[in-house]
Amino acid sequence: MIAELGLAALWLSTALAALQMISGAMGIRDGAASPFAIYARPAAVVQAFLAVLSFFLLLYAFAVTDLSIKLVATNSHSAKPLIYKLTGTWGNHEGSMLLWVAVLALSGGLLAGLEHRLKEKTMSATLAVQGFVAIGFYSFLLLSSNPFERLPVPAIEGGGLNPLLQDIGLAIHPPTLYIGYVGLSVAFSLAMGALITRQVTPDFAKVLRPWVLGAWVFLTFGITAGSYWAYYELGWGGWWFWDPVENASLMPWLAATALLHSVSVLAARDALRTWTIMLGVLAFSMSMLGTFLVRSGVLTSVHSFAVDPERGSFILALLGLYIGGALVIFALRAGSISEGKRFSMTSREGALVFNNVMLSAILAIVLLGTLYPLLTEAFDVRVSVGPPYFNPAGAIFAIPMFVVMAIGPLLRWKDDKPARIQFELALVASIVIAIIALVAIFGDYNVLPVLGLALAVGLGVAALLPLRGRSLRRVPVATWGMVCAHFGIAVALFGMASESAFTTERLAAVAPGDAEEVGGWTVQLESIAPVAGPNWTAIEARVLASRGGGEPTILAPQSRNFWSPPQPTSESALITRWDGQLYVVIGDQAGTDESGNPRWQLRVWWKPFVTFIWYGGLLVAFGGILSIFGRVRVDLKRRNAAARGDVRREELDALNDSGPLPEPAE
Amino acid sequence: MMRLLFALLALFIGPTLTMQQTFAQQAMPPAPYAYVQLEDPALEAEAAELMGTLRCLKCQSQSINDSDAPMAGDMRHQVRTRILAGESPEQIRSWLVERYGDYVSYEPEVSSTTWPLFAIPLLLLAVVGLVLMRRLGKRRSDAEEVN
Repeated sequence: MIAELGLAALWLSTALAALQMISGAMGIRDGAASPFAIYARPAAVVQAFLAVLSFFLLLYAFAVTDLSIKLVATNSHSAKPLIYKLTGTWGNHEGSMLLWVAVLALSGGLLAGLEHRLKEKTMSATLAVQGFVAIGFYSFLLLSSNPFERLPVPAIEGGGLNPLLQDIGLAIHPPTLYIGYVGLSVAFSLAMGALITRQVTPDFAKVLRPWVLGAWVFLTFGITAGSYWAYYELGWGGWWFWDPVENASLMPWLAATALLHSVSVLAARDALRTWTIMLGVLAFSMSMLGTFLVRSGVLTSVHSFAVDPERGSFILALLGLYIGGALVIFALRAGSISEGKRFSMTSREGALVFNNVMLSAILAIVLLGTLYPLLTEAFDVRVSVGPPYFNPAGAIFAIPMFVVMAIGPLLRWKDDKPARIQFELALVASIVIAIIALVAIFGDYNVLPVLGLALAVGLGVAALLPLRGRSLRRVPVATWGMVCAHFGIAVALFGMASESAFTTERLAAVAPGDAEEVGGWTVQLESIAPVAGPNWTAIEARVLASRGGGEPTILAPQSRNFWSPPQPTSESALITRWDGQLYVVIGDQAGTDESGNPRWQLRVWWKPFVTFIWYGGLLVAFGGILSIFGRVRVDLKRRNAAARGDVRREELDALNDSGPLPEPAE
Repeated sequence: MMRLLFALLALFIGPTLTMQQTFAQQAMPPAPYAYVQLEDPALEAEAAELMGTLRCLKCQSQSINDSDAPMAGDMRHQVRTRILAGESPEQIRSWLVERYGDYVSYEPEVSSTTWPLFAIPLLLLAVVGLVLMRRLGKRRSDAEEVN
């Protein structure tokens, strides 16, 4: 019954999306005059309710392990802890696509329910586009990936969930990432709506901004959480590998970052109109491309995709339809939208344009490096593109970007003279040069980490400079947001550079009692014991780690063996200090020592300041939240003030207009 | 009698032998350097840097430095042994590429199949320069004209 209800809710949502699209389209032509245009908003809101309901019904089916549903039977197991039964809902293709469309409907519903600042015509067009996008993804779900499909005979036991996914990370990472991905659909629809009704104005930008910021905050948080998850779960201490799946989440983030800066310029200065629209299209296109890459199976093997191309070609068709359609509208309308206000190179707009171009270029590099191997694989040439390609190619654009990012916020809008900020320039430049010199004297490190360290410190100082000479109590909340986010980037960059420059590693086969030294820590294997969990058995090591002869801390890394599906995983154990993390993993048994005691593989890393990567990510996301809060509050205040002014003016007019006067000409 | 003794011996020794063999398989990895570092930190650093850029062919998107797969272990052993024998990382990379194809190396080389990976960024650099010139360079003269 539950499954049928869920499926019915999905079909109803699809119908409502069609209603929303048609009603919205009517509204574009005739505005509020069309009697049919009033259905778009309610359709969006009810649709959001139904799609979310459908998702919760699937969640319930997973919670009670309803083995008559094919999806539950293939992906869940009755012996799993409840939390992993729940998170397992989106640990598979169909479930995660249902989450995707539920978030899509929810963001459309929120937009329709909350946003009353836009002109009605623009809103109608926006909702029509949102409905059009939704229909495509509903059909994808219903026609090729029905999550509620029943089995003819209920299974006796489920197939279980990939053990790597049986972690709290699965509860956080995909939902936040999806909210970010799909939240960008609102930016896409708003951009299209404004383009169709020729309303690319600062007011439109103010409406767009909180949605972009909101999606961007979730993306930032999702990527940060995902990176930390991979770091501790995979057991080798890596936090970013330029894996296509990782790139699929990075690309929308890069586009959204460029978009939110461009939106700010449009809101504040009425410049960069076409550029903002273009980035709005690009950001959601990257979300859809990411969905295609992850969900079509094209990454596992292009050939397996070619053998069973139904899902992949469906998303590819949607991708072509929406991106192509957006570009056609853009081409038709671009002529009618002027570029907007002008500005000089040495202005805040100038710096923002520079960095938007740099972000787009980095995006292009990531896109190229991700898609190229897939392209050649289709012609039976297999190449690998990894860190040795992405790091230097990305750095070509990232380094100038960080430099301009340090200076940009200090510049004034429209036009500025570099001489005005020469003290700040000299300060930041001398910090960067001093650090490069220091690190180069004390050690032999690769170029990129050294540059990264120096730029991180310079950027960290520069990020705080906009606060200099201001009364901190009177700094607007949105400015705090910017300072916080920029400082967060500096912190994260510092962590990345420090981790790649200073990490020390120790791999050894040790018998209980043996000790190893790494990065100022003494790590001693005390004992080994078997342990068991609800759906796994493991070898657990007791490891004593002490720093510089201090009190030892007990660590318990495990080497787990899950039995459904059978797969080994390493549960790393971590000690977090303010200046880094000690990362300990226990591996297989490795022979015996001279006296016949069994030895075990122990892998230990000391990673100085590695935690800064994720602290930085959190700071960036928090800066975004501050910014949303500050912007929306100021906007509402202004609107109220304007409304009160209008009322007063009307009252004055009513007092003055005792006699009939001719209507003022528009 | 002797025959019986031999048979008994065989019965007795046989299992121990096979047991030893299986034990040896389990306990003594055929590739000792799979999980053990080289003594010389400079050589180990060279090996680690190389291993971070070689693909584990049996895994999905993992370098041999980040994988528990037996094949990754074997390859790590190969890399460390060859570094120890005095080969340069680039020699080892080309040896592996010769053996497994371009796919094994995460560091694409310019070749007839990979040239777009290098040509497109150069093109991108030109496009970026052009966009910035048009967006920022000209603006100044425009602004001056307007003034």
